[in-house]
Amino acid sequence: MRFLNRSAGRLSRHRRSRLAGLALLLIGLLTTGGITYAVMPSSQAEDAQSNAVQVEEGRKLFLQGCSFCHGQNGEGIATVNGDNYGPSLVGVGAAAVHFQVETGRMPLAQPGVQGQVKPRTFSDEEVEQLAAFVASLGPGPARPNPEEYSVAGLTEEEREAAISRGGQIFLTNCTACHNFNGKGGAMPQGGFAPNLSDTEAVHIYEAMLTGPGQMDSFSNGNLSPEEKRDVIAYLYSLREQPSYGGFTLGGLGPVSEGMFAWLIGIGGLVGFAVWIAAHTTRTTKKKKVEA
Amino acid sequence: MSGHDNLPVQVEEPIDNPGLPEHHWRPTDVDPKAEKRAERQVAALFGLSAVCAVLFVVAYFALEVGDNHDTVLGMGASNVALGASLGGALLLIGVGIIQWARKLMADVELTEQRHPAASSDEDRALTVAALQAGLEESGIARRPLVRNSLLGAVAILGAPAVVLLRDLGPTNAQVSDAETGAGLEHTVWKKGMRVVRDVVGTPIRPSDVEIGDLFNAEPAAIFETDENGQPLIEGVPLQVAKSKAAVVLIRMDPADNTPARGRENWSVDGILCYSKICTHVGCPISLNERKTHHLLCPCHQSTFDLADAGRVIFGPAARALPQLPIAVDSEGYIVAQSDFTEPVGPSFWERDS
Repeated sequence: MRFLNRSAGRLSRHRRSRLAGLALLLIGLLTTGGITYAVMPSSQAEDAQSNAVQVEEGRKLFLQGCSFCHGQNGEGIATVNGDNYGPSLVGVGAAAVHFQVETGRMPLAQPGVQGQVKPRTFSDEEVEQLAAFVASLGPGPARPNPEEYSVAGLTEEEREAAISRGGQIFLTNCTACHNFNGKGGAMPQGGFAPNLSDTEAVHIYEAMLTGPGQMDSFSNGNLSPEEKRDVIAYLYSLREQPSYGGFTLGGLGPVSEGMFAWLIGIGGLVGFAVWIAAHTTRTTKKKKVEA
Repeated sequence: MSGHDNLPVQVEEPIDNPGLPEHHWRPTDVDPKAEKRAERQVAALFGLSAVCAVLFVVAYFALEVGDNHDTVLGMGASNVALGASLGGALLLIGVGIIQWARKLMADVELTEQRHPAASSDEDRALTVAALQAGLEESGIARRPLVRNSLLGAVAILGAPAVVLLRDLGPTNAQVSDAETGAGLEHTVWKKGMRVVRDVVGTPIRPSDVEIGDLFNAEPAAIFETDENGQPLIEGVPLQVAKSKAAVVLIRMDPADNTPARGRENWSVDGILCYSKICTHVGCPISLNERKTHHLLCPCHQSTFDLADAGRVIFGPAARALPQLPIAVDSEGYIVAQSDFTEPVGPSFWERDS
């Protein structure tokens, strides 16, 4: 008790110093400023500024790589017969840019029915800048967060339920074009629904959200984010599944199975028939006349 | 060649018959070692076949099937082992027999002259005479009363068959009921029934549907449950109801759509609802091209233009896709204005629209 009293007395002696007020003020200012700085490095003001830089950088990339078809302000360029060189990008959102550019579909190597997957042209940073620019043209779907399409946080039971529900949703909404196990299929006018066996989860999600090319969109009002996640979980479960029945022959159904039966099956039978009817080896030796 | 008495008369050939060339023997015919070797080959093939058969039985019991099945090279081990072993067992017996025939069985050329294909003239005359005699004796030509009554009796036998076949199932007219949606002309859709998402069964607001969206939807009736949470409709009736009532819901720019006369108020802000059942042979169709609003049937490539009242623009379908008139109820959800105004799916005899 006495000890406490004594130290309190010593402190109060310092408090009466002439510089105490100034020192206190300095400490107070430094602390509040420091905390503010440490806690809010990405404060809104700064974010807006960095976003403006991103948009500006994106605009430069866009003018160089995309504006020939999509127009200098992403408004699209129409042809006289009502088609367009490139559609308007107003309102397609950052998700569409991520999907098209990260899978290499855009920029197109040549005009055609639909963009083809190829090695990507732009780095991650450049895609971010392009996406920021296109998103600034009009409100559209943003890039989904990993927790929206990943089943990593679910328990084993929840995951199984998600896969089963996702399978039903896939078979109802997606199978018509993408085949019952996601192997893709042919579409009119030389188009095709791509094979989903190696597509990244985020790109499947973005494709559902934005409806690239001729694909219908499955906005959040159509399939909720959980339902989209379940569809992705189902597609990923297909990849790990061993093919119980033997060779999948591409998983394309009657086309590849029929081709296998006709070419390999019937071809094999013809080969056997030829072997059965072929001449056997002959020799010039004479048979010993039996005595 | 003895015993073949009716050989054709040998005529003089324009050139001499050169006869058969000299016979060349197979190695197995002249070399005892080769013969032994071929014998062992054939026996080995038969032996391998037996091994495969035993392997089949072993694999049948040893390999796990079902949910937790064994795998080999990413495939179901049981299927692969059973197929390979049984296939091998059958194939090796065949290969063994062919090898046996080619290497070891008798190897001599045989000559046999071809016989005339027709019967002899006497045989033919005898047969015709026998048939004539039968006709005469039965008197079918002389007794028209017997003949005609027989024909009449056989014809009237068709009546029991028609009656029995007709009662194999109820006719469309017997089951058709607008109230329950039974029969070919009706579905379970009715005025005020909500359009819900397929699989999950949740109702849809117009604001949920963005331009370019395609919903695979069903009538709310097939998801209804009683107070205990048991489905009101299940089993075969559920499948029948679903197969007739399935719809697709799409939203397009209202400027793209040209509604048919009388259908101007069948859509909600560019949201259109069409039957999902192809009018050709009834496949479910949801293969839609977003930019052109063409709905394509995967079975026979019938293509319907959803922006033009479901008109057929390609393929074997003969009728436009039936459109479901929709509206919004007091709670803001999309509902049907009525049942389909024409039968969905393929054409049928009694159809009058």
